Amino acid sequence: MIVSLSMSLASAAFAAEPQLPKLPASPYFWMPPSASITSENTDALYNVMLWMSLFFAVAIFYAMARFCLKYRAKSRAANEIAQKTSEHNTMLELTWSVIPLLIVIPLFVGGFKGYVNLRTPPKGAMEIRATGQKWKWLFNYPGLGTPDDTLHVPVNTSVRMVINAVDVIHSLYIPSFRTKMDAVPGRYTDLWFKATQVGEFPIFCAEYCGTSHSDMLSRVIVHPPGGYEQWLANTIAAADSLTGKDRGAMLYEKQGCSTCHTIDGSPKVGPSWKGIFGKMEAMTAGSPIKVDENYLRESMMDPQAHIVMGFSPAMPTYQGKLSDKDIDGLIEFIKSLK
Amino acid sequence: MASPSATADVVAPRSSSGGDNYLTHDKGILSWIFTLDHKRIGVMYLCSVLTAFALGGFFALMVRTELLTPGRTIMDHDTYNQMFTLHGAIMVFLVIIPGIPAALGNIIMPLQLGAKDVAFPRLNLASYHLWVVGAIFMLTSLAINAVDTGWTFYTPYSLTTSTAVVPAAFGAFILGFSSIFTGLNFIVTVHKLRPPGMTWFRMPLFVWSLYATALIQVLATPVIGITLLMMIVERTLHIGIFDPTLGGDPVLFQHFFWFYSHPAVYIMIVPAFGVIGEIIPVFSRKRMFGYKFIAISSLAIAFLGFLVWGHHLFVSGQSVLAGTIFSAITFLIAIPTAIKVFNWITTMYKGVIHLDTPMLYALAFLWVFTIGGLTGIFLAVMSVDVHLHDTYFVVAHFHYVMMGGAITAFMGGLHYWWPKAFGRMYNEKLGRIAATLVFLGLNTTFFPQFILGSRGMPRRYYNYLPEFQSLHVLSTLGAYTLGIGFLMTAFYLVRSLKNGKIAPANPWGGVTLEWQCSSPPPYYNFHKAPVVTAGPYDGYEDLMYDEKLGGYLPRPSSGDSPPRPLK
Repeated sequence: MIVSLSMSLASAAFAAEPQLPKLPASPYFWMPPSASITSENTDALYNVMLWMSLFFAVAIFYAMARFCLKYRAKSRAANEIAQKTSEHNTMLELTWSVIPLLIVIPLFVGGFKGYVNLRTPPKGAMEIRATGQKWKWLFNYPGLGTPDDTLHVPVNTSVRMVINAVDVIHSLYIPSFRTKMDAVPGRYTDLWFKATQVGEFPIFCAEYCGTSHSDMLSRVIVHPPGGYEQWLANTIAAADSLTGKDRGAMLYEKQGCSTCHTIDGSPKVGPSWKGIFGKMEAMTAGSPIKVDENYLRESMMDPQAHIVMGFSPAMPTYQGKLSDKDIDGLIEFIKSLK
Repeated sequence: MASPSATADVVAPRSSSGGDNYLTHDKGILSWIFTLDHKRIGVMYLCSVLTAFALGGFFALMVRTELLTPGRTIMDHDTYNQMFTLHGAIMVFLVIIPGIPAALGNIIMPLQLGAKDVAFPRLNLASYHLWVVGAIFMLTSLAINAVDTGWTFYTPYSLTTSTAVVPAAFGAFILGFSSIFTGLNFIVTVHKLRPPGMTWFRMPLFVWSLYATALIQVLATPVIGITLLMMIVERTLHIGIFDPTLGGDPVLFQHFFWFYSHPAVYIMIVPAFGVIGEIIPVFSRKRMFGYKFIAISSLAIAFLGFLVWGHHLFVSGQSVLAGTIFSAITFLIAIPTAIKVFNWITTMYKGVIHLDTPMLYALAFLWVFTIGGLTGIFLAVMSVDVHLHDTYFVVAHFHYVMMGGAITAFMGGLHYWWPKAFGRMYNEKLGRIAATLVFLGLNTTFFPQFILGSRGMPRRYYNYLPEFQSLHVLSTLGAYTLGIGFLMTAFYLVRSLKNGKIAPANPWGGVTLEWQCSSPPPYYNFHKAPVVTAGPYDGYEDLMYDEKLGGYLPRPSSGDSPPRPLK
């Protein structure tokens, strides 16, 4: 079991493109399926406003069309004179000031209640850390040393996500849960949800963050009862057992390296890893450097120190996110890509 | 005759084609570049704004074409990011903000006040020259390595990207001064240059709206100026203000930015209200219903517009209390806005409605602005905004208001005052066809985006999930329709300058003062300052259409004594 899982992880590393999350079929026309209790308030208010808007839009368009048809001038030459009507009517104007006011007050109150609920995680909620970086979401689970690029949660359990970013602002957006929160470098924000449906739902980055903003996708997998614990145990076991270049191959996918570095020789946001080990590379500043173990380690810990010519300083630091075992694994993996 | 000259202008139907007007008064390119005449400055603004509009529109079509397929269609990630940034920055800073006030306002507002010029003609020229300098800086960024931050320049991304942020931001900084100069000029003009008899409540609604806009321009624009300057200083000298790695706060930038940019939304839409306020009464041959309310509500909206910037930050980590206050004030703005729409429509009741091109644009405005306004309520409801924020729903909403509202009104105003400004009639039939194309195009472009956004499609995405494709294709087809509509407009407007029918002084039967001087107006506007004795929309019944002339003249039955054009 463990062996087969580690095999699949390693082979996943060589998949050319990460799989796109699937947008699940929705019973609604306007909205994606609702899969968390946090959706209820939003969907109810959205529906009320949809009908209200439809009513006002139809009433206004009807009046416009009717007046245009009924009072349309014959021709300029006919020189018709408009009928005299009052040019101001206090009762009428008061009515149509008060009615919109009476309509928006409950909308405001409903939105306020929903918002307070969205922003107040229940006590005792399970905590998962989310880190936004160009261009990958990394999720840290209690008890799991290395982060994962997919969000796994148990069904019917309140989950609080503690969110931050390492480089620029991102925004964690789960449409099926109707919730979203910016990931801001230098501070923590949070959101919570309680999934009500087992299944897979897409996660997007909603705040523009540069080149591959639109590829900063992930998935939330809602496990049936017991499934989450099983997944966690398997992953912990697999992560511990991997060493050397297999560990590097796993991290290449899970840590977001593959977002910018290919392993087939074609440059992306950063240089391709294929055949880079041992090469002399020109730098944007200073003299050329030989890509050896020390340069690779420096590039992970302090990526801005020496940038290979032709690339921009876009990489976030992995200081504190990779153990020595992880770094060794990645270096072995890069060495193996001849 | 009490006011012989003004009357003479009304009667003489631009027999002045050979005579002297502001277009022919001086010759040579320098007489344009260094002119102090408000009409010429307005015309230069108009040409520049329309050129920028063509450029911004081109970028929009590139963006829409790329979005035809979920993956790569015609360009790579980075080019796409540059395209939507340039589209936004050009449309906001170079087109919509100066569009109605600086271009149409400069040409028309002093005429509506019966004035010879604005209060400070030199400041007016400086404003235009600064616009040009600002535009050059923006285009410099385009030439070096076009900025890719989005028009919002959010930190810390804008501090770290390798594209040419500094020239673009500096361009926006300079354009801010251009905007402040226009605003300052208009405030003083409205206060000091109103003609005898024109009390505040006898001012045309266009003047009211430009006055309200000018107050926002003067008060809000300095904030974006200093914010962009701080960002430039941080980028070049690494002084920590917004960058967390230097001890700064990136969300502070968003507060500063929206402290200007939300009021700036009203800099864009309030002048549009003014244009609609001119067109609807004239083409319904009726006084504006609830004139005082509409006039005052522009000021109310301008004031409240300063207090809602935090509704752009409901998911930025802003406190719940702050969010609640911003949401409540946002709802307050919905009320005067709704009443304006009701008043405009009531004005048409029992009118005599002429569906010429300007009126078609005004009706299109009412339609799209209603949709834009109603969808704004979705975004003001905090819990719903958490879902919709930064999705295509927001993109659709603000395009309905900015493109559908501000640009549609600008097009309406352009057609309404075109005969006045250039002395030629455009081809009315082509005008109506183009207006219909623009209306259909913009609904086809932006309505599907509401559905995309509600379903979870985030904005500023180069790749997207294949499930979203059909709506994107529909939206792109709409954008092409819009493009055809605008190209057609450019074609017949330019052609009218040469082949158009000579315009009479008053082709639509307007009673505001600009219709009293010949088309195009003489260099000094009015030989004798007019005197105002009635409200801005009084006296449609005293005008009569003359078929031979193709325009309106005072109704003869009102006596051989001076007609009543001054009302």
